[in-house]
Amino acid sequence: MKFLKNLGLLLLTVLMLVLWVLMPWYGALAVAVLFALWMLLFRSGMQARSVAAVGISTLMQRLGSSAVIVVGIAGVVGVLVALLAMADGYAQTLRNSGSLDTAIVMRGASANEVSSSLSREDLVQIEQTPGIARNAKGEPIISAETVVAANLPVKGSKTGDSGSAQVRGVSEAAFVVRPNAKIVEGRTFQPGLREIIVGRGAVRQFEGLTVGATLKLGNQPWTIVGIFASGDAMESELWADANVVNDTYKRGSGRNSATVKLERPAAIKVFSDALEANPQLKVKASTTLEFFAKQSEQMTKILRIIGITVGAIMAVGAVFGALNTMFAAVASRAREIATLRAIGFRGLPVVVAVMLETTLLALVGGLIGGVAAYLLFNGFEASTMAAGSVGKLSFNLAVSPGLLWEGIKWALAIGFVGGLFPAVRAASVPVTTALREA
Amino acid sequence: MKYLHLIWAALFRRKGRTFLTLVSIITAFLLFGLLDAVRVGFDQAGQSANGAQRLQTGAKLSFIQLLPMSLGARITQIDGVKDTTYANWFGGAYQKPENQVFSFAVAPNYLDIYPEMEVSAEHRKAFAETKDGALVGEGLARKFGWKVGDQVPMQSTIFPDRNGSQNWPFKIVGIIHVPDKKTAGWWSQMFLLNWKYFDDTTPWNQGQVGWYVTRVKDVNQADRVLKAIDEISANSDHETRTLTEQAAMSSWMKQLADINLIVTSIMGAVFFTLLLLAGNTMMQAVRERTGEIAVLKTLGFSGESVLAMVLAESVLLLLIGGVVGLGLASVIGPIVGAGSGGALNLPAAGLTSWMIGVGLALLFGLAVGALPALRAMRVNITDALAGRA
Repeated sequence: MKFLKNLGLLLLTVLMLVLWVLMPWYGALAVAVLFALWMLLFRSGMQARSVAAVGISTLMQRLGSSAVIVVGIAGVVGVLVALLAMADGYAQTLRNSGSLDTAIVMRGASANEVSSSLSREDLVQIEQTPGIARNAKGEPIISAETVVAANLPVKGSKTGDSGSAQVRGVSEAAFVVRPNAKIVEGRTFQPGLREIIVGRGAVRQFEGLTVGATLKLGNQPWTIVGIFASGDAMESELWADANVVNDTYKRGSGRNSATVKLERPAAIKVFSDALEANPQLKVKASTTLEFFAKQSEQMTKILRIIGITVGAIMAVGAVFGALNTMFAAVASRAREIATLRAIGFRGLPVVVAVMLETTLLALVGGLIGGVAAYLLFNGFEASTMAAGSVGKLSFNLAVSPGLLWEGIKWALAIGFVGGLFPAVRAASVPVTTALREA
Repeated sequence: MKYLHLIWAALFRRKGRTFLTLVSIITAFLLFGLLDAVRVGFDQAGQSANGAQRLQTGAKLSFIQLLPMSLGARITQIDGVKDTTYANWFGGAYQKPENQVFSFAVAPNYLDIYPEMEVSAEHRKAFAETKDGALVGEGLARKFGWKVGDQVPMQSTIFPDRNGSQNWPFKIVGIIHVPDKKTAGWWSQMFLLNWKYFDDTTPWNQGQVGWYVTRVKDVNQADRVLKAIDEISANSDHETRTLTEQAAMSSWMKQLADINLIVTSIMGAVFFTLLLLAGNTMMQAVRERTGEIAVLKTLGFSGESVLAMVLAESVLLLLIGGVVGLGLASVIGPIVGAGSGGALNLPAAGLTSWMIGVGLALLFGLAVGALPALRAMRVNITDALAGRA
């Protein structure tokens, strides 16, 4: 019988956790409001409130053991939020790089720009495809680009390591199809010259990228004439005139990809259908938003899985820490709780009161963890080899309100499990036994 | 030692509490074991007796640039070089572009230089004789359900054939066995094709080589040899950069992520929490035993021996948790690794991981036990027995 009861309790817990994980924020808010109403309006609710008030008012006297719950949960939430912020920051940086009103054209079956190639003839055909926006002179706005990799010395490396940076040869329209990119220092390169501009992210990662410095790329010296910022993945790149890059790297007249500005977001359908209908072309177009979202998909998934796995293992530890503390707290108040029950308090208010206490501690822990993660890691710079690119991508961790809420949800879940079993124990010990033992 | 049963009894005086604390400690060390395995996996990539003999030569300017075929013969002439081979990145994917496969177009002697990959003489012969033959790692074969004799269409995400099609048919002629399970994650995912077939089929390559791998006769000569290799092409339009396999791997891994920093920060948070939790447990344990400690002292135990016993108790607690946690990590890691189909390589905790883990457990045991032990040492017999402490 006891076994069945415990099993039932365990199943209930699992069920509640699943529901909780699926619950959106307004669901949680509704539960909180209903709960508050019950506490204010019903007799049993009021009982629960008074029992909880006693427990909570003595929390400060049990500072050490209460801190175990708070700090334990703060640790879980902090690590979880920081790891998820890494996934979010990465996805955000790539997503910012794309938009709905620009499209990227690559050879069919190419998963990324580096492995794609477009010939001069392809590019002429693509330019004439309907759906592309035109500039004041009536020319289609298209930037045909070459992507190569360059090894540059990594900043702050004691062993002289070099890292890979993506070098993009662009057309004049590059800044039009990427309105985010702005020159922040110096000027842009002059077409036809071996001049190069570097992204702010690249400047932070690699040694010696300053305006006026000379850089050796493709065995030729290049002058850095400017630094640009874009707040997205492009910032980790180096840009130069595509014709010069092609000459230096002996690429002939072909390019890797073409980015075009669409007349309007809906024109992507016209544009991509027209490309597919053209028998001379074997290319595929997608909006840049879709392209970059797809690039970030897998990496983001992996980062999220790592974050959740580490968080889950830590959460198990924190649950047992909370159980330990709450069992001790309940044991030390056994006589008090038994007295309450002897004078007519029901089991439910007692259970609710103990759980309320744990939840409160968990909430404090969750908030501390979330705030600490925000203060320490929001905007923290990280870098990795980006999927589908040939250069290091630098990105900032992003602790968003959504993530903080996810952290709080975890904290409350840990508090729930950690408080439930001690609460049930407190309410189910026979009153006589409890009064005699304590 | 003769007090072991006393310490043991004290530890399990409250089974529930000790059990709960132990589970927390175990999870902390489980996480430590797993994360350390990841770290070690990153650190030791390319660190092996075979790997130490191998030098990788690639274009200095960037990893996508190619090298001339003629360089191979000149490398072989360098004093101290045992043999050299070459390969190209093929960029293959199966069924859809996202299903990337580690696929290299390799020279005929490639397998000689990589004894990690075992291929039976019969399969090797078939590979040499079949133009469009391919050797696949056992892990990869299992993943896609391939058998010897199968025709598989691969898509190169980079190279077209002479008709512009990127679909390459291959015939699987052999399976690569990897005897060393520790590094199987990488080798058993390989897909090797004949370099000649690759070069003949695609108009894009024209006799160029992605990278050279050179084996040296004597590991101690590696430094001299790699400098000599780079000197051949110095100031040409295809300058090279040669690294030992280990250095090449570690530089590559560093570009992926600063794994050390991540692991250290996570473990910092975990262990800080653990200290507090275990410290609280020990404090409770000593507090409720004040009377018993007074009795021990009455019986003639000195303050120091009481101190030592409490310290031993907390060290024992942490050690049990630590050892069980690390043990679990050693069991779970390889299972997770196998479950991920080789994508994640989590070797069982090695000797260093165990040493660090056990060292940490000892250290934390002492740190956690210090305050309660001092308290126990200072217990005043009369006060305690009178119930005033």
